[in-house]
Amino acid sequence: MFFKKKKPLTGKKKDIPEGLWLKCKKCGEILYKKELDNNLWVCPKCGAHFRISSKIYINLLFDNGEIEELDVDMESIDPLGFPKYKDKLKNSKAKTSLKDGVISGKAFIGGFPVAFAITDFSFMGGSMGSVVGEKIARLIRFGREQRLPVIILTSSGGGARMQEGIFSLMQMAKTSAELALLSKEGIPYINILTHPTMAGVMASFASLGDIIIAEPEALLGFTGPRVIEQTIRQKLPPGFQRSEFLLEHGMIDMVVSRKEIREVLISLLRMFNYAGFKSRAS
Amino acid sequence: MSNLWLDFEKPINELENKINELIGIIGKEEELKKLRKEVDSVKKKVFSNLSRWQIVQLARHPKRPYTLDYVKRIFDDFMELHGDRTFRDDPAIVAGIGAIEGKTVILVGHEKGRDTKEKIKRNFGMPYPEGYRKALRIFKLAEKFNIPIITMIDTPGAYPGIEAEERGQSEAIARNLKEMATIKVPIIVFVTGEGGSGGALAIGVGDRIYMLEYSTYSVISPEGCASILWRDSKMAPKAAESLKITAKDLLSFGIIDDIVPEPLGGAHRDVSKMAETIKSKILKTIDELQSIPVSELINQRIDKFRKIGKYKEK
Ligand SMILES: [Zn+2]
Repeated sequence: MFFKKKKPLTGKKKDIPEGLWLKCKKCGEILYKKELDNNLWVCPKCGAHFRISSKIYINLLFDNGEIEELDVDMESIDPLGFPKYKDKLKNSKAKTSLKDGVISGKAFIGGFPVAFAITDFSFMGGSMGSVVGEKIARLIRFGREQRLPVIILTSSGGGARMQEGIFSLMQMAKTSAELALLSKEGIPYINILTHPTMAGVMASFASLGDIIIAEPEALLGFTGPRVIEQTIRQKLPPGFQRSEFLLEHGMIDMVVSRKEIREVLISLLRMFNYAGFKSRAS
Repeated sequence: MSNLWLDFEKPINELENKINELIGIIGKEEELKKLRKEVDSVKKKVFSNLSRWQIVQLARHPKRPYTLDYVKRIFDDFMELHGDRTFRDDPAIVAGIGAIEGKTVILVGHEKGRDTKEKIKRNFGMPYPEGYRKALRIFKLAEKFNIPIITMIDTPGAYPGIEAEERGQSEAIARNLKEMATIKVPIIVFVTGEGGSGGALAIGVGDRIYMLEYSTYSVISPEGCASILWRDSKMAPKAAESLKITAKDLLSFGIIDDIVPEPLGGAHRDVSKMAETIKSKILKTIDELQSIPVSELINQRIDKFRKIGKYKEK
């Protein structure tokens, strides 16, 4: 057999929030946190996917939860002198122990080397300012230079980060341009969209995958539902902008439970491999 | 036009009213001469000292020239081309092929529409995905026949609606960003009015990016920013200051290549002169870009966007 099914990976203890019990927002069930953690933060009763940190994703996606992180020291500055931005950055850093909204690097999935990036909602909504844009762009370049499949998982409700103004907007063009070059080299690019991925992130690198996978019931779109409701002055239909809605409208390839994403990725990487794609490192 | 003065133009308006009263009256020639001099200096003073919010108002001025106003004046010959070949023709984006002084040029631009009926037809310049897909189709046409591309940006943003989401607003914008990066012909971008976020950028990836003097380009509208920051859209003037969205700001950030000067009082005060300035900028830039080998042109284009961003590394 080419790969061995491993025991389901779980989040590290220190990533489990305070308190022992949690209520499921969807079904109302009171859940024991440790049990939830063992179940990859998917409600055992209704299947609702709780939002999780980039660290937990690293544990559940990559072999042994191991990564080689890139651009570890990159940090945001406040290029516009924007109201309260410095405080926001400081608070987010303290709260998350992250330097900004994305972790990028090299890892293995089922033995296949990949270049990966994961945006983290807990850092200013996973929004894209200069640091997120630059790290994503460099990661895509790294994938191109090393001939590694590029896998980007997003949890970015904020889209382009307002506090960095036009610099944030231009990161959309920067990351997309790198993807154009990656694409010309015939290197696979896979998106994993999680709740929520919106606006400037969704309208750039998160929509450009050769394969686009989404977790169930994630909110995915360009304009936020509240703004749409205000604009058209009507209630939005149930399920609007959710993963299943995008699947139905032809915008994504598949909706995959968090518990199965790793296996799906391994299958895809294996098929690209059989089809003749070879990583430089493999 | 006299009923369309902005608040900060009041002193100019008053003087011009006085001038209009005196025109043709015998014996008032001296006074008229003096007033004309005065109005000129007041205009210069007011317009050399505009706040960012005042520039927003000029960029959104109801008399502001739109893409088709420029097309009429810049092109010797122009044919509009319609449709994305997939779903429908989106009138919020106009596209076409034309000639400027013997040079064939492809044009793609937002179009807001002048009167109420046309505004509704054109959705106030807010494109649906099919608008961006039409733009991309026309960019590919330009590439196929080696024709330089001009784009004109003037939109509040991509349309926020149910159908727009159903048909993949995000995908349409993202795909344009990706494809425009490597289109094998020169792309010259003019921000002529409002550069509204992703809906603007989706036709804004190019080799040269120019902004008209009183245009704006922003990640979010000042109203939207104010609602988020202060839960009050009336704080928009303050948000405009914080976001730094004027041509001068973007030039100082190194994001745009040049500012295109407007006639005194704004583009709408002398549309022909504005069109003439844009036309000569187009001709000069096309010459400049056509002398660069294509592969080098694309490298430079991608590099230009690569360099945008402010951060620190240990
Ligand atoms: Zn549940």
